[in-house]
Amino acid sequence: MRALILRRLLTAIPTLLLVLIASFALMRFAPGGPFDGERPLAPETRAALEAAYGLNLPMGEQFALYLKRTLTGDFGPSLVYRDFTVTQLIADSLPVSLTLGGLAIILALALGLAAGTVAALRPGGWADEALMLLATIVTALPSFVTGPLLALIFGLWLGWLPVGGLGDSLLTAPQFWVMPVIALALPVAGAIAKLARAGLAAALAQEHIRTARARGLSTGAIIVRHALRPALVPVVSYLGPAAAGLLTGAVIIETVFALPGLGRYFVQGALNRDYPLIMAVILLYAALLIAFNLIADLLYGWLDPRSRT
Amino acid sequence: MSRIALPAIIVALIVLAALILPALLPWSHDAIDWDHVRAPAGSPGHLLGTDELGRDRLARLAVASRITLLVALAAALVSMVVGIAWGMIAGWAGGRVDEAMMRIVDALYALPFMFIVIVLMVVFGRSILLVFVGIGLVEWLTMARIVRGQVMTLRQRPFVLAATASGAPVRVILLRHILPNIAGVALAYLTLTLPGIIMIESFLSFLGLGVQEPLTSLGILVKEGADDMDVAPMGLLVPGGVMVTLLVCLTLIGERLRDRFA
Repeated sequence: MRALILRRLLTAIPTLLLVLIASFALMRFAPGGPFDGERPLAPETRAALEAAYGLNLPMGEQFALYLKRTLTGDFGPSLVYRDFTVTQLIADSLPVSLTLGGLAIILALALGLAAGTVAALRPGGWADEALMLLATIVTALPSFVTGPLLALIFGLWLGWLPVGGLGDSLLTAPQFWVMPVIALALPVAGAIAKLARAGLAAALAQEHIRTARARGLSTGAIIVRHALRPALVPVVSYLGPAAAGLLTGAVIIETVFALPGLGRYFVQGALNRDYPLIMAVILLYAALLIAFNLIADLLYGWLDPRSRT
Repeated sequence: MSRIALPAIIVALIVLAALILPALLPWSHDAIDWDHVRAPAGSPGHLLGTDELGRDRLARLAVASRITLLVALAAALVSMVVGIAWGMIAGWAGGRVDEAMMRIVDALYALPFMFIVIVLMVVFGRSILLVFVGIGLVEWLTMARIVRGQVMTLRQRPFVLAATASGAPVRVILLRHILPNIAGVALAYLTLTLPGIIMIESFLSFLGLGVQEPLTSLGILVKEGADDMDVAPMGLLVPGGVMVTLLVCLTLIGERLRDRFA
């Protein structure tokens, strides 16, 4: 187990470096720069700005400088939000995105596992058919349709929930989080429901389950004690892709519901060619994905002893 | 077959409408009817009304569906060709070549792809061609994995061994004996790739990075509808409904084809 963690962390370093080099190269060789506004700047002003941000140095030196700063946790000043450093912007927005993603994955797991279990109890029954059709539909719903749709129905028409923005905190103003979390969680919940149903149906058909049934154990005890653990294996191996889906979904959801999260800064940064901000966000996303895949692998090993080699 | 028939008919109807409607309607998708700005649905001459600039919603919907379908099909074909080629070579070669090629696929899977596509769009400008080349290059990974698995089981089958023993060149074996046998699975995954691509394209268009005006796509219509939904909810509901119908039906067809072939 410790060897697995170590090996994964060691392979993570070249991956992150690759991401860093790729995004650095793309952003620097791109046409158009952060100081291209409506009005062209005077040449002296532009030269002074570029010197201030180190954009006039040779590419190799710029990259070396960037790498050195990054390793010490300093992502430099944001080119567009002039009064903020990128580290500040990320420190402000990351908690919002993490809360959103965390709540969404908890909700998705709860809904998905519940639906999958109910469906697997009677394979081919009407509940199975209906829930799996629902799961397919929910998985196919893009968050940029469900988000505005929820906002239209529950925000504008019924007036139950705020259409956007954030309250003071999750605890004092939870109503701001309801719609974003649901919209983000639904597609993931659908996918989890399908995987859980397939895994559980396969597990329930096995001999040791029949033995447990013959010995008079209740259905609930059988599922919790014997069937759920092997059935969770496909769900857990989906967690990596699910994290990627949540990250991209969050970009849309944060835009739709005006949440000050990382995704919104990423979109704004990309549109404004804010190099330091974009590279920091991509690096962070890559690190999050690697971490999620590692967690999934560890859970996988815990659930399925055969995979521990 | 009947489980595939209903969603297939619905998709066919949407495709047909997208192809025919623009020719039948008196308005083009970017023509402005100055006398009827923000006309409600059902008004004469504008079946679905007009948007905030006075453009016919039905014409825009038809053209948007056409572009979305076109982008999806082109990108799906790119991803299919790349994915099948990659998977066949890896599966046939086996050993170290296979190991190296599949490690690359694994590594690419782990990257935050959506963000790299966004950066690509920002860097190289927002051309429709780049939209689907970019998407196609992202979406081939799953196809490559599936095809590789299929090839690895097929190469042990007697008819392939017989072809090898009788001295058929590798190219002939791959194209004449292997390819026809993976066509069904490839078709199923091609169908499953379509909704994924439509989502990516709409995602990009939603952020203003995909298809650019005066062209339009379902993603752009949903975005416009969402911005304007407090005044004209139909502007969100109708294109959103078409997109969701398309996505759900394509997913259902793909899943059922997959269950049949795999």
